Amino acid sequence: MRRLIFATPILVFVGLVVYFATPLLRGTDPSLIPSPLIDKPVPTFDLPPLPGYPKGLSSTELKGQVQIVNIFASWCIPCRAEAPVLMALAQNTHVPIRGIDQKDRPEDALEYLKELGDPYTSIGMDSDRHVSIDWGAYGAPETFIVDAEGRIRYKQAAPLTQADIQDTILPLLEKLGAK
Amino acid sequence: MIPELGQFALVLAALVALAQSTVPLVGAARGNSRWMSLGASAAILQCALIVLGFLVLAYEHIVSDFTVENVVQNSFAAMPLLYKITGVWGNHEGSMLLWVMILSFYGMLIAVFGNNLPRGLKARVLAVQGMIGLGFLVFILATSDPFARIIDPPVDGEGLNPLLQDPGLAFHPPFLYLGYVGFSVAFSFAVAALIEGRVDPAWARWVRPWTLAAWSALTLGVAMGSWWAYYTLGWGGWWGWDPVENASLMPWLAGTALLHSAIVVEKRDALKSWTILLAILTFSLSLIGTFLVRSGLTTSVHSFALDPARGIFVLGLLVAATGGALTLYAIRAPSLKMGGLFQPISREGGLILNNLLLTTMCATVFIGTLYPMFLNALTGRTVSVGPPFFNATFLPLAVPLVAAVGVGPLLAWKRGDLLGALGRLKFAGAAAFVVALAVYYLHNGGPVLAIPALIGAVWLVGSSITEVAERVKLGQVPLSHSAARAAALPRSAWGTALAHAGLGVMIAGMTGTALWTQERIQAMAPGDTVELAGYQVRLDGVGPVKGPNYDAQRASFTVTDSGKLVAVLRPERRIVHPQEQAVTNIGIRTNFFADIYAVIGEPDPARPGAYVTRLYDHPLVPWIWVGAVIMVLGGIVSLTDRRLRVGAPSRRSIGLTDAALTAE
Repeated sequence: MRRLIFATPILVFVGLVVYFATPLLRGTDPSLIPSPLIDKPVPTFDLPPLPGYPKGLSSTELKGQVQIVNIFASWCIPCRAEAPVLMALAQNTHVPIRGIDQKDRPEDALEYLKELGDPYTSIGMDSDRHVSIDWGAYGAPETFIVDAEGRIRYKQAAPLTQADIQDTILPLLEKLGAK
Repeated sequence: MIPELGQFALVLAALVALAQSTVPLVGAARGNSRWMSLGASAAILQCALIVLGFLVLAYEHIVSDFTVENVVQNSFAAMPLLYKITGVWGNHEGSMLLWVMILSFYGMLIAVFGNNLPRGLKARVLAVQGMIGLGFLVFILATSDPFARIIDPPVDGEGLNPLLQDPGLAFHPPFLYLGYVGFSVAFSFAVAALIEGRVDPAWARWVRPWTLAAWSALTLGVAMGSWWAYYTLGWGGWWGWDPVENASLMPWLAGTALLHSAIVVEKRDALKSWTILLAILTFSLSLIGTFLVRSGLTTSVHSFALDPARGIFVLGLLVAATGGALTLYAIRAPSLKMGGLFQPISREGGLILNNLLLTTMCATVFIGTLYPMFLNALTGRTVSVGPPFFNATFLPLAVPLVAAVGVGPLLAWKRGDLLGALGRLKFAGAAAFVVALAVYYLHNGGPVLAIPALIGAVWLVGSSITEVAERVKLGQVPLSHSAARAAALPRSAWGTALAHAGLGVMIAGMTGTALWTQERIQAMAPGDTVELAGYQVRLDGVGPVKGPNYDAQRASFTVTDSGKLVAVLRPERRIVHPQEQAVTNIGIRTNFFADIYAVIGEPDPARPGAYVTRLYDHPLVPWIWVGAVIMVLGGIVSLTDRRLRVGAPSRRSIGLTDAALTAE
């Protein structure tokens, strides 16, 4: 019994190692966390707009055509890195990019959009992060692709890069029949 | 040719480390003193070789040798010299080289200053240090070669990440690593003690100064990181419970616990196997910190090495070091002699309470950092924790800790008198009560925890003063006698009082900024004035300035207090070349009690000539870092204690352990 107490640390440690090693040894990119929401309908929500914007974002708008949903925040440094990529995407395609602004203060968000550009067709303010959690988001930035039936088809939990756009996002949008 | 020299030095260092990690160990097992003494020479040589390698890399950065990939990716000919130098460790390869250089530096210190250690223990400690060094040298050479050449050298480099071009961040990694890596010494001592199967008060006396030094450096490193976040990232926060911040907090919490439990081993010859375990865990948490940052499991501003191959390698090192040590612990610790039982109300009882709370706090941070990833790995479900989780779990544990920290040092060893101690703390208690009333009166609608937090802050400072006052019998004997007693008071007692008071000052700073921060965000044109916390802040103008590697818009704000000039703030918005990245450089004015903080943003498209400006008043915020510096001073004062300086375990006991060793 006494021996078992002294062996507890190593047993706990072995458990932790198995957990950590699994994704690394499987060779999966830790940023591409599989989401259980893939192929499920988007969660139901209705988010208010930023001050000065005509409308926010609700789940009813995510139907009828292929769309991109991007979770961002002004406090998020990787989002800043992603912003130019999103701007370029918005200029080069007609796929609506919907923004969910996570745990942000309206004035900070407005300044962020002013500073880095606004690629979003519409933005919902997720002040208490409830909707982001329903989407299964860890943090920001995270990007989802939603098909015309309003089902989530893809998730990336890391900033989009130009390479992601070319290799993954654009081919998938095309496959889903985006115009 | 020169970069290859650096590479060659690292290869040699790895070979020396191989010898250091094996020969002395065998020597200690066989009682061969010549084999044992090889450890010290190898440690010194290993350190010299790694320092050479580091100097070569630094030279390459200073002369901007763009045939070296590392220089190309992280430097730029027109960059200021300071950032060319700090850029050496502002990247993955260089920072790992710094890590291993500090490790070998500690090894060298043990070799040079460890002459009063029993020979067998010294040989084993150096061997374990050699193993860690070998692992990380192979890691650098195999996956992170800082000297890799580039086939087609470009004319100029890509430049250092502009966010890293900052004096605060420049010196944050060296101190952080001095702390992280410093815990390797406690780890090596723990493993060596397990191999020997013996832990005695002398052992704790040798371990404590190293732990104290590492703890002081880590405290400074973490504080610098949070200071940098406060004044650079422009969102005014100083701690965000970011995984990388947590990675540095966990070894700090465990190291603080280790620091205190080692006192119990030293004074009461108890708590041995727990202290050994803490020493192993503290360094393991430092390795986990390295692993979390290097493996790409966390995505944040720190992850400049998103590379699974490196992650697997660091994980392998972690498994070897921690797994090996814990296995050894499972085998050897049950046979360690148990210490005596003791009363719950006593100095050692207080220290155990401190350990329980600190390790529980450390566990909450560990769970909060890793649980989201863990749950996803197990069930594929995602959860989100964040500041709300930590506020709900970490802070409530801090409340009893702070209360106990005030009482603990006033309790006697073996059998303390709680009521007597509390009685002697009546002034501290009364001061805390007065502050509570004052805060309750001034307070309107802030977080509820602010009141207990400020009570705790005053309580800590008050009880630290009380403790020193008690020990010098202030007011009970003539003042000159008190002064004489103060001079004779052990430095470690002064260190304790300083560190505990520093914690109080820090808590006051954290609370003040959480409670009373004011902010004003608006568009301002030159000539506009905004009221902020009783000051009038006027935007005088905005103009272009040119720096060595950036162009900036610099604003000038005049801060006045009813017509009297208080300060001129000059925040900038910089575009740093060659990345063309925008960086805010804030204007700040501190009067020790509060900071006025100004940020200049983009021109406002709606109003020509106007700019978006953000102005903050952060009360008490400087105290966070003043408190940290006081804590570090406490650590340094305690390090100069005669007991530690002389390494006072008597010569005779060393002779005995040595004799016991050869008899084996």
